[in-house]
Amino acid sequence: MKTQRCKGTRDLSPDEMAVFRLIEGVFRDACLNWGYKEVRTPTMEYLHLFTSVGTLTPGMLERVYSFLDWDGWSGERVVLRPDGTIPVVRLYIDSLEKEKLAKLFYVANTFIFESTGEKTRERWQCGAELIGVSSPSADVELVMMALEVLQRLRIDGVKLKLSHAGLIRALLARLGLSSEEQAKVFDRILDGNIKELSELGLDRTELETLSALLGLKGKSATFVKSLKALLAPDLAGLQPGIDDLVGVAGLLEALGADYQIDLASVRDFEYYTGAIFQLFKGKGKIGGGGRYDALIPLMGGKDTPASGAALYIDRLMGLVKPESLAELKAPKILVRAKPETAKEGFSLVARLHKVGYRTEFNLGAQKVAGFGWTLDVQSKAPKFILTDRAKKKFEAQTISEVLKLLAK
Amino acid sequence: MPKGRLLAETAARLKEAGWGLDGYSASARLYRVKSRNFPRLSAKMFHERDIPVQVAIGNYDLGICGSDWIEELMVKYPSSALVRVGSLGYAQSALYAAFSAADGVSAVEAVQQRSGVVRIASEYPNLAEHFALNLRLRRFGVFPLWGAAEAYPPESADLALLCGTEEGLADCGLAPVTKVLAVSACLVANRNSWEAKDMKEVVASIYDEAAAKGTELETIKPYPGRRPPKSKISPPGADGDTVRLALPDGHQQSPTFELLSKAGIGIDDYPSPTGNRRPATDLPGVAVKVIRPQDMPLQVASGNFDLAITGRDWLREHLYQFPTSPVKELLDLRSGRVKIVAVVSNDMPVADAAGLISLSAGRTAPLRVASEYVNIADKYARDNHLGSYRVVPTWGATEAFLPEDADLLIENTETGRTIARHNLKIIDTLFESTACLIGSRRRVANVVKREKINSIIQALQTGVN
Repeated sequence: MKTQRCKGTRDLSPDEMAVFRLIEGVFRDACLNWGYKEVRTPTMEYLHLFTSVGTLTPGMLERVYSFLDWDGWSGERVVLRPDGTIPVVRLYIDSLEKEKLAKLFYVANTFIFESTGEKTRERWQCGAELIGVSSPSADVELVMMALEVLQRLRIDGVKLKLSHAGLIRALLARLGLSSEEQAKVFDRILDGNIKELSELGLDRTELETLSALLGLKGKSATFVKSLKALLAPDLAGLQPGIDDLVGVAGLLEALGADYQIDLASVRDFEYYTGAIFQLFKGKGKIGGGGRYDALIPLMGGKDTPASGAALYIDRLMGLVKPESLAELKAPKILVRAKPETAKEGFSLVARLHKVGYRTEFNLGAQKVAGFGWTLDVQSKAPKFILTDRAKKKFEAQTISEVLKLLAK
Repeated sequence: MPKGRLLAETAARLKEAGWGLDGYSASARLYRVKSRNFPRLSAKMFHERDIPVQVAIGNYDLGICGSDWIEELMVKYPSSALVRVGSLGYAQSALYAAFSAADGVSAVEAVQQRSGVVRIASEYPNLAEHFALNLRLRRFGVFPLWGAAEAYPPESADLALLCGTEEGLADCGLAPVTKVLAVSACLVANRNSWEAKDMKEVVASIYDEAAAKGTELETIKPYPGRRPPKSKISPPGADGDTVRLALPDGHQQSPTFELLSKAGIGIDDYPSPTGNRRPATDLPGVAVKVIRPQDMPLQVASGNFDLAITGRDWLREHLYQFPTSPVKELLDLRSGRVKIVAVVSNDMPVADAAGLISLSAGRTAPLRVASEYVNIADKYARDNHLGSYRVVPTWGATEAFLPEDADLLIENTETGRTIARHNLKIIDTLFESTACLIGSRRRVANVVKREKINSIIQALQTGVN
């Protein structure tokens, strides 16, 4: 039989769904503990939410799933949400703006066309947005929360990389570039096309300095030292970015988080304005986030600072170890009844559910091997026979006696 | 091979190349052509816009069409199996983004700053969207058009994306702001055919790689290029009590002129031998524009026109796509009567819609339904439970698609003679269509304007009777 699933999409099997829910559950618990509240936004949004400068790049926009709605005769399109943050910011502006501080989290799918086959076109992420605070502590809180989730999922060896959109922009501004050209030039410096750029009339010395700067890696103190050495004494316009990055990095260091500053670690920083952090496991990016102070005013809201973080569920699913799922696999009970004892059988199932046992009613199709216990319901004494995995039998006359046996 | 604007030059080029084609001319009555000199070559004539799609799908190995239509496909579907072999060097023009000259020459920044919706009219909706996204327009609406884009700015659109020359645009009162793409006739190939089939001889006969150097094919790149200085652009909809009436171009012009005469409405220069799209009438306070009837329902829905004379087929096509559209039929003008029919090849053992269902049930490949009316065709396929089907949009000469490139057509016909001539048969009639006057359900607040609209409806009613 031919596969009928849409290209670029995936199904989640029962086993995969269990892992999905585990990740979602750990994430939700962490967010609720940190005082975040859950929101859910619609799958469809207006395309124009994502088209302004500083939201999504044209390259991204050309891969969104947009179409005319049934009443779209004006030619304005709607889109399947291509990003997690922008809809939450829209929700904040629409209905929560009077709250000075909003701590929101979500679990949502996003849609982006993808033709390489390496990624799916529908992706799931769990994210948190911290709106209304501009201090480095806010950025650090989001990083710590993300690390806490990964730790609880027992995913270790995670690398944290820090960059800073404001600092990159200030450095690119030294080349005299408009904000639109900056992103393109940045990508080309990262690709090592300095020669090509100097042919376009950009200052070769500045380009080389910039390239060297982007190559810098390290902890906060050494990073700042090298940065100053390369640029000294001309730090004009860079100080706010440096201070902010040092503030975030210093606090993370004090908290014992392992990190590396690597300005060149980001590619698409369209709506970010401040610190950007990314989480890697091996070469794969499993999450990230950063500060986006300009986004809310850009989308028509008040001038409000904000930062956010997201973990990519599709990536995490491959990293969760089976032992993390152990608690989901508590022994199950199979209740077997005869036609004449079906009523008692169902009552027994209901009773066992009430006290928290995972219990199934035998439909004749279940495999006994999948259960920790089988429990036969008989019309004559003994009323209940409990059998464990080792085929050892226990008899009981009442449900209370059954519960006592199970508790042992 | 293309019909329309490229036909004459392409035919001359192929004649020179010694293809020995019979029947590739503007007066051709059949669309299939054989080559006398390349016995393994057979060709079909299509509307130019259909050619890149047909080649990409793999129905054809090679195609000749304007590079504008290639980029219109590739900008939206970059992974299409299409190889741009190269420019054939003739029919050179360019695709421009243009404003009304009345708006000032360079209004890009003014449009970029606009907080309202920027209206872009174009026969190239994919390129128009690409242009708008790369210009970082905050909000925009693209009006896909069948033609006459030059007539839209400034009243009915803020800018148009259209093919032509700078002089040609100036003649239409337009100022080109940006060249989006250099356009010329171009040879394209299907990627699989290009790799697997030996087409060297045929390709070499018309395409000289060495000579093509310097006329290299331009492909669509992200705009922006240069940034023009600021100037003002007039806000849309500032037209007070003027009634905006759309009249059809093409073969509906004569019956429309006749109707206007009977209704006592005088009109100058319509049909216009010089292609004037803004004829004057003796109705005070009424602005007339001549556009494609296919485009009218969308334009009335968007509020760009108050009244329009179009066909019921196009009204239905619009309402099937946008069921809550405010457009409605105001008056049956009883002219231009056609039937909208379902058509299959004579060789197909199907006599009616029921036969189609059993046919589609027995197939593994989806049923291909070709039509200029994509929404009518889609509804017909859904209503008849045709199972797995695909609607292939076409831009004219749809009869050419059967039987190789489609299984079913949804077409209009006056007498049925064209259908019979192409060895096709009608298996179902969907509805009858005549010319009609359409308007908006929305209440017109301006009393003067409302009365003017009513008096035009009255006059046309008299003309019909």
